[in-house]
Amino acid sequence: MTANVSIDYINHTYKGQVEPTLVDIAANIEPGEKLALIGRSGCGKSTLLHMLAGLLIPTEGCVRINGHQVIKPSAKWNMMFQKPSLYPWMNVRQNAQLGLDLAGIKDDGKVDELLELVGLSDKSEASVQSLSGGQQQRVALARSLATTPELLLLDEPFSALDAFTRSALQDEVARITHQQKLTMVMVTHDIEEAVAMADRVLIMSANPGRIVGEMKVELPYPRERASQQFSKTREDLMKQFDSLVGNASQAESEPESEKKSDREAA
Amino acid sequence: MSSQQTLSSSLYTARVGGIDWLAIANRLMHSGGYTAIGILSLLAAWWLGGWLIENNPDTSSFADFAPAPAFSRLVELTLNGAVWTAIVPSLERIGLGLFWAAVLGVPIGVAIGLYASLREVTHVPFQFLRMISPLAWMPIAVLAFATWDGAIIFLITVAAIWPILFSTAQGVRRIDPLWFKVAKNLGADGFQMLRKIILPAIGQDIFAGIRLAVGVAWIVLVPAEYLGVTSGLGYAINDARDTLEYDTLAAMVVVIGVIGFFLDAICVKLIQRFSWHQQG
Ligand SMILES: Nc1ncnc2c1ncn2[C@@H]1O[C@H](COP(=O)(O)OP(=O)(O)OP(=O)(O)O)[C@@H](O)[C@H]1O
Ligand SMILES: [Mg+2]
Repeated sequence: MTANVSIDYINHTYKGQVEPTLVDIAANIEPGEKLALIGRSGCGKSTLLHMLAGLLIPTEGCVRINGHQVIKPSAKWNMMFQKPSLYPWMNVRQNAQLGLDLAGIKDDGKVDELLELVGLSDKSEASVQSLSGGQQQRVALARSLATTPELLLLDEPFSALDAFTRSALQDEVARITHQQKLTMVMVTHDIEEAVAMADRVLIMSANPGRIVGEMKVELPYPRERASQQFSKTREDLMKQFDSLVGNASQAESEPESEKKSDREAA
Repeated sequence: MSSQQTLSSSLYTARVGGIDWLAIANRLMHSGGYTAIGILSLLAAWWLGGWLIENNPDTSSFADFAPAPAFSRLVELTLNGAVWTAIVPSLERIGLGLFWAAVLGVPIGVAIGLYASLREVTHVPFQFLRMISPLAWMPIAVLAFATWDGAIIFLITVAAIWPILFSTAQGVRRIDPLWFKVAKNLGADGFQMLRKIILPAIGQDIFAGIRLAVGVAWIVLVPAEYLGVTSGLGYAINDARDTLEYDTLAAMVVVIGVIGFFLDAICVKLIQRFSWHQQG
């Protein structure tokens, strides 16, 4: 089963703050849809994602998954973070298996299958501290998938990786989530990542956080980054982002474009 | 320039016949040589002290403190079993005292590590209590406990609880908040969080606290055993003093030092066993 997510008019103000962080957030995410959230740093993307995971309860409004209000975290809607945050006293397999262990479910080969899927079957007994950043994030992915979630939430999970590892993992996650027909919501700073992985992109503005725009990505899977349609979609999205919340090249946080604008300023 | 280079390299490598003697010597020294020097210096200082005492007419009656009589006495006491009858009750008291210190200190430490409000509430009382010498509790311990053994174990617990408690609390505070979030997200309840995440994460901190606690407890043990009891190392020392058997007294001091050393070594092993930090 895969999740239908409905975000019902969420407003959120953090405790001790006066200004709201999120205002009037409403959206419906179809079963199996891949949604990307993009927006400037601090606009509330992570806050919204935490609400979808049940790690944070909005002050107003609610999130429903398949009609049920989300009131606490569950292995059914699983979040991956920027840091892999594996447990160093467990080996690769034990980390991947944690969700099953916590639920008291006996592992009948599922973990091995997932380690195979993320290309780490030969490392299953290795210490996680001996893995590279990309391999660690793969273990975290296997851990997230082991509990057979209906919804996968990704909070910039590739942003700490080098460019090659990043695009390889993006394609891998896109392939797996398609194959398993998972609903996916991802937060990203990277417009290319949104185009590579999402069916639809929501653009958020900051202070307070609102959804100000939306764009469908109508490209077939697997996505061809070198194709003309891909660059065209990427440009369209960047233009829309620019017109809605300002300079997109800043949101992308690409050091090169930053340098360029620095030079122009000087 | 080049002559200087050859000079310095010959100084630091000392190659004779193709063998780097200096490197071999260095390796040997690090695998026990330096330790031996330390032990020998200690014995030398002891021997010198004994010699001075013996040759001073005012103190010559204490001459049995010297290494030679002490070691021959130690052999004798080991063979006739007297050492073991002193060690066993002491170790029992230490064990029980540390047990209660850990049983109380670890949960309280975890709680104050997790909850800032609890940390603030307990800060002043705990810092206050911690500063009281465990021996100052002696009169209260004697009143509160029916047996001398109970009182001694209480004193050891009072001494040992603080390092365990504070080290545990510090360990909990250092846990990566994301570790909690991920476990919660995977459906961990409170008890699972404790057993699967918190305790493994702080195992090394708990044992680091216990290591400190063993040191304090071992120091408190001897004066505590001057109380009422008629067994244990502290009693043996007190008894030897009363009967002027200074060689026995010195032998017991050696035993205390040696056991303390091994208890510490066990703790170090346990810290390593529960440490998840990458080695090397
Ligand atoms: N626990 C908190 N308490 C109070 N304010 C918070 C808390 N977490 C986040 N905020 C504030 O809410 C706003 C949105 O934060 P959030 O982390 O959701 O942004 P984001 O869009 O994910 O940013 P980034 O792209 O940098 O990750 C920020 O202004 C932040 O300072
Ligand atoms: Mg964020």
